[in-house]
Amino acid sequence: MDDMYREVILDHYKNPRFKGELDPADISYQDDNPLCGDMIRIDLRVDDDGHVIECAFSGQGCAISQASASMLMEDIQGKTLEEIKEYSRDDILDMLGIELGPVRLKCAMLSLKVLKVGAYGVQEWVEE
Amino acid sequence: MTELFDAKRIKEDFPALKRNVKEGVSLVYLDTTATSQKPFEVLNVLADYYSNYNANVHRGIHTLAEEATAAYENARRIISEFINAGNVNEIIYVRNTTEAINLVAKTWGMKNLSEGDRIILTEMEHHSNLVPWQMLASSMGLNIDIIPVTDNGLLDLQVYDELLDKEPKAVCVTHMSNVLGTLNPIKSMAAKAHEHGAMILVDGAQSAPHMVVDVQDLDVDFFAFSAHKMCGPTGVGILWGKYDLLDAMPPFLGGGDMIKRVYLREFDTNDLPYKFEAGTPAIGEAIGMGAAVTYLNAIGMDNIWKHEQEIVAYAMNRLEEVPGIKMYGPDAERRGGVVAFTLKGVHPHDISQVLDIDGVAVRAGHHCAMPLHDRYDLVATARASFYLYNTHDDVDKLIDGLYKVKTLFK
Repeated sequence: MDDMYREVILDHYKNPRFKGELDPADISYQDDNPLCGDMIRIDLRVDDDGHVIECAFSGQGCAISQASASMLMEDIQGKTLEEIKEYSRDDILDMLGIELGPVRLKCAMLSLKVLKVGAYGVQEWVEE
Repeated sequence: MTELFDAKRIKEDFPALKRNVKEGVSLVYLDTTATSQKPFEVLNVLADYYSNYNANVHRGIHTLAEEATAAYENARRIISEFINAGNVNEIIYVRNTTEAINLVAKTWGMKNLSEGDRIILTEMEHHSNLVPWQMLASSMGLNIDIIPVTDNGLLDLQVYDELLDKEPKAVCVTHMSNVLGTLNPIKSMAAKAHEHGAMILVDGAQSAPHMVVDVQDLDVDFFAFSAHKMCGPTGVGILWGKYDLLDAMPPFLGGGDMIKRVYLREFDTNDLPYKFEAGTPAIGEAIGMGAAVTYLNAIGMDNIWKHEQEIVAYAMNRLEEVPGIKMYGPDAERRGGVVAFTLKGVHPHDISQVLDIDGVAVRAGHHCAMPLHDRYDLVATARASFYLYNTHDDVDKLIDGLYKVKTLFK
C-alpha cells in the first residue's frame, strides 16, 4: 500500500496536467462517486476524423481519482474516439502502476468511466 | 487516568488488537464506531455454543436444545438488566439496529399513522433512522419534519419545540451521533414528545456500548442497539419497546416461532417477545451478546464512559495541534468517543490510506450520514473513534500518522 502514493501519482495529483474546462467543447461529460465524493468532468475537442485535439479535466476528490484523470488526459492525446473506447481497467492500472482494493478501484476508474461515456455519447450523436 | 481503569490491560483481552497489519506494524484500531473488536470472553462463548450445545431453540426436547434455549433466554435477561427494561419480554432479538427501526416503522407505523401525519427526524441521523421513515412516509403520505443541527453540532432544540406544536405522531432521534459524537438530551426530548402525544424512538447504536442506559429513566418508547458495536458478534441486535406498545403492534415477519397456532388459512400470533422473532434466530450470537454485556458490566459502564471522555478530550487537544485539521461537532464534554475531522488539501480517503501504512485504522467517507455531511458542505470526513481498549499511545500514533500525511501531500 505504500506504493499507492508513489512519486508519480502524487506529482499528478499536486500538479495535474490538462486541468481546466474547454468552452466550447465537442464532448463534455461528468460523473461522481457519491460514496466518496469524487467528481470528474472531462471536455474534449475532436477533429473531423475523430482525433482528440484538445482535452481537459476538472473536478475534485482523492489523489487516486485526480491523478488517474491527469494521467489519462496525457495518454489520450491524438488518439481517436474509437481507440478511446478500447481503453480498459488494466490500462488505468498500468498507468498508475499500483494494485488497488475494490474501494479505491472505483476512485481510479471514475475518469475512464466519464471519458468512455462521453466518447460513446458523441458516436450516437454522429450516427443520428 | 485512574489506576482502576487500565486500557492497556484491557487490550490484552482482544486478540485482534494484538495482530500486526503487516510485518512489524501493529494495529491501532480507531474504528469502533463502525464495529468494535471482540474479547476472548465473547469468542469463547461462541465457540462453546457451536462446539458443545449447538441446537435450535424452543420446542426441542433433548439435552442440547434445552441447553441452547436456556442460554439464549439467559442472555435476554442479562441484556434486559443492562438497559433496565421493566420486563424481560420487552427485549426483542433482531439482526441489528437497522432491522429494529424498520420493524417499528413497518408495524407501529402502519398501525398508528395515517396520511398527512407528521413525524420528526433530525439532520444528524444515521441513514438507518432516516430511510425506514422515508419509505413509510412515501407509502403512507406522511410529512417529515427535521430538527436541524447547529454549527457546533448540537440539535437545535428551539426548532424541536416549534415542530412539536405541529402535533407530530412520532419523534425518531439518535442518542449519540456516529459522526459528531453529540450526546442528545433524550430524557427531556422524550418528556416533551410525550407532552405532545408523540411516540419517541431512540437509535442507541452508539450510546448503549459506551454508557449506562436506563430505558425506564429515559422514558422513551423504543430503543434500538446492535451487539457488534459493544464487543458482541455481528448478526444480532435488540429492539426494546414498552410492553403495551409492542403488545398492540401487529407482527413483523411471519414464520416459525412467531405463532401460537397455525391453520391452513390463518394463524394465532405468539406472545412477546416471540411474536417478533420469526424463524431461527442468531442463537450463538445472542448468547455471545449476553457474554459481551457481562464482560462490559464487569468493567463497569461508568468506568468505560469516563475513560472515553478522557481519551476523546486528549485526542481533540492533540488534533488541535495539527495545522490544517478541522474537527466537527461539540466540545469533548458534550460528546462520546468519536471525532470526525478533515485535513486541508487532502481527501479523507487519502488520509485513511496513508494512516493504514502505519497500522492506524480510521474510517473515511460519509459514515452513513450523508445529510449531515451536506449540512457542513462536506462530501466526506475522516473519523477516529475510541473504546475501552484505546490508549493515549493510540492517539499519539494517529497524530504521528497525520503529520506523515501532511509531509506526503505538502
